[in-house]
Amino acid sequence: MSWALLQLIARRLATAAVLLVVVAAGTFALIHAAPGGPFSADRAVSAEVETALAAQYRLDQPPLLQFASYLGNALRGEFGPSFKYPGREVSELIAAGLPATLELALYALLLALVVGISVGALAASRPGTLRDRLPMGAALVGICLPAFVLGPLLVLVFGVYNEWLPVSGWGELAGDKLLPTVTLAAGYAAYIARLTRAGLREQLRQPYIVTARAKGLGGAAVILKHALRGALLPVVAYLGPACAGLIAGSFVVETIFQIPGIGRFYIQAAFNRDYTLILGLTLFFATLITLFNLLADLLALWLDPRQREAL
Amino acid sequence: MSSAVHHSHSPTQLALRRFARHKLAIASAALLALLALAVACAPLIEWLLGVSANQVDLYNRLAAPSWQHPMGTDELGRDTLLRLLYGGRVSLLTGLAAAACAASIGTLIGICAGYFSGRTDTVLMRLTDSIIALPLLPLLIVLAAIDLTKLGLSAQLANSESISLYRIIVIVALTGWTTVARLVRGATLSLREREFVLAARGIGASDWVIMRRHILPNLLSPIIVAVTLSIGSVILLESVLSFLGLGIQPPLASWGNMLTNAQQLIWEAPQLAIYPGLLIFITVICFNFVGDGLQDAFDPKAEQ
Repeated sequence: MSWALLQLIARRLATAAVLLVVVAAGTFALIHAAPGGPFSADRAVSAEVETALAAQYRLDQPPLLQFASYLGNALRGEFGPSFKYPGREVSELIAAGLPATLELALYALLLALVVGISVGALAASRPGTLRDRLPMGAALVGICLPAFVLGPLLVLVFGVYNEWLPVSGWGELAGDKLLPTVTLAAGYAAYIARLTRAGLREQLRQPYIVTARAKGLGGAAVILKHALRGALLPVVAYLGPACAGLIAGSFVVETIFQIPGIGRFYIQAAFNRDYTLILGLTLFFATLITLFNLLADLLALWLDPRQREAL
Repeated sequence: MSSAVHHSHSPTQLALRRFARHKLAIASAALLALLALAVACAPLIEWLLGVSANQVDLYNRLAAPSWQHPMGTDELGRDTLLRLLYGGRVSLLTGLAAAACAASIGTLIGICAGYFSGRTDTVLMRLTDSIIALPLLPLLIVLAAIDLTKLGLSAQLANSESISLYRIIVIVALTGWTTVARLVRGATLSLREREFVLAARGIGASDWVIMRRHILPNLLSPIIVAVTLSIGSVILLESVLSFLGLGIQPPLASWGNMLTNAQQLIWEAPQLAIYPGLLIFITVICFNFVGDGLQDAFDPKAEQ
């Protein structure tokens, strides 16, 4: 069985590698079609300077050669120098912005899981009552309320009308991590609550639950000890896309709350046409997301014996 | 108790009836229709008020609501109501057009994959899986930065005001078709084996005719549901891109880019952030309710 598992992982990693090369090639082609060169926004320079700059950043070579040498370097973790932040490597910039982004995404994921699963379980335990309808209504609102609407709203309520919490920054003032985390987590908490509720309703109809109840187990114990494990499978399957979404969502949240993470570098890079930074970050995000998807699948395998047998 | 004449109803009538029982969906559909009417009437309202949506009036910055500006003005003295209406036009149009394009691509790919199966299916579904695995927002950001003149468009068209609108529609259509493709493929796989398809093949109908006349009509209801549900997420995607400054470009108004501007003014004029935010929220939630209602209405397993 573990042999099949290894095969699965190997196959997935191979697919991921192909996908990443395709993403790199696509991005490379696309940003070479982006308007203007990386230096066209700066003040006018003489033709010689421009040629020298192009030579320094290897822009004078044919695109295919540029791409090949780029890919070779990227494999060694070198994404080349940034076009817009002089003297800084792309990998340096990623390393500088990564802690804040990862911290934000991690806090948001934890918050979403804790809130989502407990609210979902609470709602599923008494279907049709107010305890079910109220949180599920709130969850629907949470799903339809995007981060860039919720963020300013929270800022308005907690930062402007009641000056309780700081409205920007990350790790500078007490409590400034709260609003960004809540903003990012809300939609995911809502979705996880809905998944948990649906999963639990499904599990609670199964015969083994009837058996557990017949043995005299109480409502809470049935849910916590028996039903939740099976009910969480859809939530686990959702974790892969959720991590991808959390990282992408952090772009928006970082913009709203002025958090110095990689999301802001990314948006800046797209505006500045900082070729190497866009390419590096796109590849980095793609790798991260592929990895999270793989991890989520493995976690699902660990939780679900049926999937293991199907291997 | 049985009546003398037994009225029979077509499936469409039954579905409409079930939909009509869905109070929330009916209310949402009515609200959306009202919104569509309002944004369609934007030029009329513009004419009535005697100001234009992009007209800057620096003497009237952040004005309070008045007869001339029913919802006040923004930081450049532009009329908020008109900008909201024109922004709504952009958002609704993008949502509808992009969702429809994506659904068409998805249907075509899904029906081919499901009907021909074998190698065609493998290739098409591998393609679908890799598109799903792509990091969407980063890709959209890169796509939004492409120079269209280098792709062969004329400079006049590439620099025109509404090009950002078309670009978003194309971007969403090119990446958003995967859900419909999977759905359609799954349904086609089972439809393909049904007796009426075998009968059609037996009397010599070509593949194309079978797909168009016999399979496609049976797929319409799930496709309609999927499109309705996806319009909301397309509107969100457009707003996110515009919010980040990479979508609809000013001076063309969109709810997303109005929110970006309002962010800097949140202390002085919170209403500028609240209006577009509220409209995005209402539109998205309404499309979700209508989608849910349609899903229940089209469900053949639903009670009579």
